[in-house]
Amino acid sequence: MALAQQSSPHARRARSTSNVMLWVMLASLPGLLAQVVFFGWGNLINVIWCMALAVGAEAAMLRLRKRPIKFFLRDNTAAVTGLLLGLSLPPLVPFWVSAIAVLAAIVLAKQLYGGLGSNPFNPAMVGYALVLISFPVAMTTNWAEPGLLWENAPGLWDTLNIIASGQQSAVDAFTMATPLDHYKHNISSRTATEVLQHPTFGDGVAKGWEWVNAGFLAGGLLLLWMRLITWHIPVSFLAGLAIMSLAFGSNADLYAPLSMHLLAGGTMLGAFFIATDPVSAATSHQGKLIYGAGIGVLIYLIRTWGDYPDAVAFAVLLMNFAVPFIDYYTPPRTYGHHKPRRGLPGKNQG
Amino acid sequence: MATKSNSEIIRDGLWTNNPALVQVLGLCPLLAVTSTVVNAIGLGLATLLVLMGSNLAVSLIRNFVSESVRLPAFVMIIASFVTCAELLMQAFTYELYQILGIFIPLIVTNCAILGRADAFASKNPPLPALLDGFMMGLGFLFVLIALGGIRELVGQGTLFVDMDLLLGPMASGWAIRPLESYPDVLFMVLPPGAFIGLGLLIALKNGIDNQIKARRAAVQPVEAGSKRVRVTGNVS
Repeated sequence: MALAQQSSPHARRARSTSNVMLWVMLASLPGLLAQVVFFGWGNLINVIWCMALAVGAEAAMLRLRKRPIKFFLRDNTAAVTGLLLGLSLPPLVPFWVSAIAVLAAIVLAKQLYGGLGSNPFNPAMVGYALVLISFPVAMTTNWAEPGLLWENAPGLWDTLNIIASGQQSAVDAFTMATPLDHYKHNISSRTATEVLQHPTFGDGVAKGWEWVNAGFLAGGLLLLWMRLITWHIPVSFLAGLAIMSLAFGSNADLYAPLSMHLLAGGTMLGAFFIATDPVSAATSHQGKLIYGAGIGVLIYLIRTWGDYPDAVAFAVLLMNFAVPFIDYYTPPRTYGHHKPRRGLPGKNQG
Repeated sequence: MATKSNSEIIRDGLWTNNPALVQVLGLCPLLAVTSTVVNAIGLGLATLLVLMGSNLAVSLIRNFVSESVRLPAFVMIIASFVTCAELLMQAFTYELYQILGIFIPLIVTNCAILGRADAFASKNPPLPALLDGFMMGLGFLFVLIALGGIRELVGQGTLFVDMDLLLGPMASGWAIRPLESYPDVLFMVLPPGAFIGLGLLIALKNGIDNQIKARRAAVQPVEAGSKRVRVTGNVS
């Protein structure tokens, strides 16, 4: 390339996209480990399958678009998209559902919009939302039951067979809905203590899920510590969700409690790994605060009063829509200049 | 305005100025009802009928209606034809009429029809206007059928289901189901599938146009012995 990559004067060295993406993958390992421990081999198989397919689809699209294949594959972004999909899809989802999700993410949401840096929507979440709308049965009932898995876990080979068999809901014996889904559907006719008797909630917040979320939280803190992401989006994301939950859902007999919102769904994965995608998120720090808070509030709204039990994908996509608008109103002040004025004509205009 | 030859009108309506693929007009019914082939044909035929009628009528009155009140007059004409189409569908294909519901009366607001009335019929004699209405309607109908076919096939794994609603009992056995255990892809049945399907169809059309253009440019003959501009040496 003729353009040498230059770092800002205060950064010691330039960080390549490829390097950043490698660290993102490493940071997701604790969460993936917790998923494998509590939900079986399914997630690991999904991650490998989705990553391989994502890289393949990216290479094919680059070839069709006559772009340098090696140069773009080396930035690892396609692999991260596949990784995020593998982490968020249910462990025992049929292989063709994850394949459709990956192809929609890479082909439709990323390459057709012009490749890395040009996609207005988070590719992984486009793929996830597409299969969630298309195959509700496969997408909501295939979470492995952690309680049963402890006693009678399907091994690596059995899990592979289940995924490869392609049935949408083949194994009722050890699959079930997510804790959030379960709570939402049962709370209307029972009290909170009765609902929490169910084995899926375990002794803590939600069996297994709390450790998965803790794993993603740890990985996210690593990314923060390495300054690969800034604190603005995760903090405002979690704050938006928490404030909504405390303001409207304090009665556990009617709504899922705050602890469940934070630790029982895809919250931490969303806050640290998905919403922080630098391409589709807002740009300035002020804009990131608005963007993250919007996602948090939308997640609570959809989870509580919408049709879907978990809502990270829809909330992220809806706020992706709003990013150009947010960026327009929150340009940072350039050093040595006044803050640019935007919006309704004020006294300084004309 | 220079009058267009008949072959130009035909090519415009079906391809170069296709109301759905190039003008991108009339999207509301296009996206809303193309979930199956039979819905698409039903709505496409109704639109075709209205488009021909309104183009003919607008062309006939073009010298008697003043410029300032032409749009209300056009809308009245279109509304009358839509009412005719609606009553006809109620009489002959009542079940399809019920499925299409509000989108039959909504043909009044289809910009493709008002667009043709204002851009073509009000400036041309009746016969070319009638031909233009027919060709534009046919172009719209083809896109509707293509989109309906894609969405029905990908969404439900079937093709030509319920054709008897439109064509009578002889078409009741036309339904095709290529794969026996096909999972429903709800996404393609819902509106986002229509947007993506239409986007891909437009891309396909532009791709074909580019191919044709490239092929034409490649055929330009270079005579042996002719010189390039500012380049010494001969083309062998």
